[in-house]
Amino acid sequence: MIAFVLRRFAQAVIVMLAVALVAFVMFRFMGDPITNLLGQDATVADRQAMMERLGLDRPMPVQYFDFISRAVQGDFGISYRMARPVSEVILERLPATLELAAVSGLMALLLGVSFGVYTALRRDGWLSHVIMTVSLIGVSLPTFLIGILLIWVFAVELGWLPSFGRGETIQIGWWRTGFLTESGLKSLILPAITLGLFQMTLIMRLVRSEMLEVLRTDYIRFARARGLSSRAINFGHALKNTLVPVITITGLQLGAIIAFAIITETVFQWPGVGLLFINAIKFVDVPVMSAYLLLIALIFVTINLIVDLLYYAVDPRLRVERPKAADTT
Amino acid sequence: MTETLPKPAMERSGRFARLWGSDIAWSYRRSPVTIVASIVVAILIVAAVFAPWITPQNPFNPAGLNLMDGFTPPMTANEFSGNFFVLGTDDQGRDMYSAILYGARISLFVGVMAVLFAAVLGVTLGLLAGYRGGWLDTVIMRIADVQLSFPAILIALMIFGIARGFIPPGSRDQMAVWVLIISIGLSDWVQYARTVRGATFVEMRKDYVQAARLIGVRPLKIMFRHVLPNVMGPVLVIATIGLALAIIAEATLSYLGVGVPVTSPSLGTLIRIGQDFLFSGEWWIILFPAVTLLALALSVNLLGDWLRDALNPKLR
Repeated sequence: MIAFVLRRFAQAVIVMLAVALVAFVMFRFMGDPITNLLGQDATVADRQAMMERLGLDRPMPVQYFDFISRAVQGDFGISYRMARPVSEVILERLPATLELAAVSGLMALLLGVSFGVYTALRRDGWLSHVIMTVSLIGVSLPTFLIGILLIWVFAVELGWLPSFGRGETIQIGWWRTGFLTESGLKSLILPAITLGLFQMTLIMRLVRSEMLEVLRTDYIRFARARGLSSRAINFGHALKNTLVPVITITGLQLGAIIAFAIITETVFQWPGVGLLFINAIKFVDVPVMSAYLLLIALIFVTINLIVDLLYYAVDPRLRVERPKAADTT
Repeated sequence: MTETLPKPAMERSGRFARLWGSDIAWSYRRSPVTIVASIVVAILIVAAVFAPWITPQNPFNPAGLNLMDGFTPPMTANEFSGNFFVLGTDDQGRDMYSAILYGARISLFVGVMAVLFAAVLGVTLGLLAGYRGGWLDTVIMRIADVQLSFPAILIALMIFGIARGFIPPGSRDQMAVWVLIISIGLSDWVQYARTVRGATFVEMRKDYVQAARLIGVRPLKIMFRHVLPNVMGPVLVIATIGLALAIIAEATLSYLGVGVPVTSPSLGTLIRIGQDFLFSGEWWIILFPAVTLLALALSVNLLGDWLRDALNPKLR
């Protein structure tokens, strides 16, 4: 157990160090940091002094280590475009993305599980066919087209919902929330559907196929023979046994939601970190790019680590020592 | 592609009758959806390739545009100039039909090149990992695992951003298409590598590889001349589905405004531009590029699905 946890942990650290190396190389070699700070017409002496002050004249491994230790403390330098500390800008934008991701993820999970259970129990009902067809369309449309389609129908034609931005927000500490105003909640609906639709269909299809599998097993038949109510069988026995893979997939999809938020935020001009990153790429704002890279890698690595450890806790088969196969996992 | 096919397949495709009677052709004729999909893809490819000869104007040449033609709805004559456009025009009087064909040309070019790049890279690494095994295998597959845990579009976006940063600002727009191809390709090689590696492991145990090794054939020759043709089936399937994914990835990046430059818009760029006119009621500027993109991606996807089933002996 401890060996497994340590090995997985070491892997996560190695991945983070590799990503940090990429971020460092970007930070150090993309463009000229000195020119970026001092401008074109600085004297050689000024440049030399600046180089020494920033420690750019020291050996590369030392600079790399320095970069990591500053990143760990949340210091990613100053944004070239906004002339403000990167960590400050990211902290300001993060609540928007997290609120959007949380609502989409929750929506995907709740609707996905309910639709999955429904379509598995009423396999040939007309509503099941409708749900399955819509989900097929949802999977094959690119995310940004779904967003545009929703804007067209609900914002342009019907005029029910706003098509861009977060609406009114309220500041609570450093967290700026859109949950507490009507326009904030209204603005959230379309982006959340756009972002969560793909994950919802994924969860729905997974729950459906797992349910169909479980409903065929002997213990469900015995439960029926015992005369348990179909409610107790369907939810107490069948659904419960489908939840392990659902939890894993949901966990892994959480990272995907944050990544795909880049697209959704662009479609709806949602002021989150994804939009910040896209603009950073457009304007080659290197400190913001490298900070975002590290942030997203950290989120993914942490989620993967937690899911792996959960798997290990849930599935006893993984705990058997496999002397040879251990390398390939 | 023909050189890499095994000998028997080449003889078969040499004679039309043999091809018509083959299993693949049989399963093709039996699937109307596939026939429609392949016709759609064929039309779009031909139209994209011959775009300069079958369009009324070059939409990227500002000299050929007339601002008076702007915002002409489809199938109606413009109120000022009286000119007629099948799919209407955008704000600058650019014929949407021409813009879509030129856009599809860029989308298809980027998609095909990205898939080729990903396939060559993935197949080579997969063959190496499967053939050599040992530490090389461990390193390649570990990298593949890590990359697989991130969404492909995110990887492509990161690589695009990093590569763009290292290119001098003056030549960024010129290089954009190639940077895009490399980013999408690099985000998608893992599938090929994993499949080829697994198939190579199976082939390696077979007698013909053992025999080739015994008579002293060089490893590289065994890999590419003997093992590769036998693992091409799954690679073709992945490449077809990969083409649909690459086209969507290109459209997404261009939509986000970080793909091809506005001076040579792909379908994704056209959709981004068209979105601005959605609110003012000029729906045709966004609808037709979006429908073209969907038709293209969906048809290629259906072809890939069919190919996967047709090449799977278990389903015959």
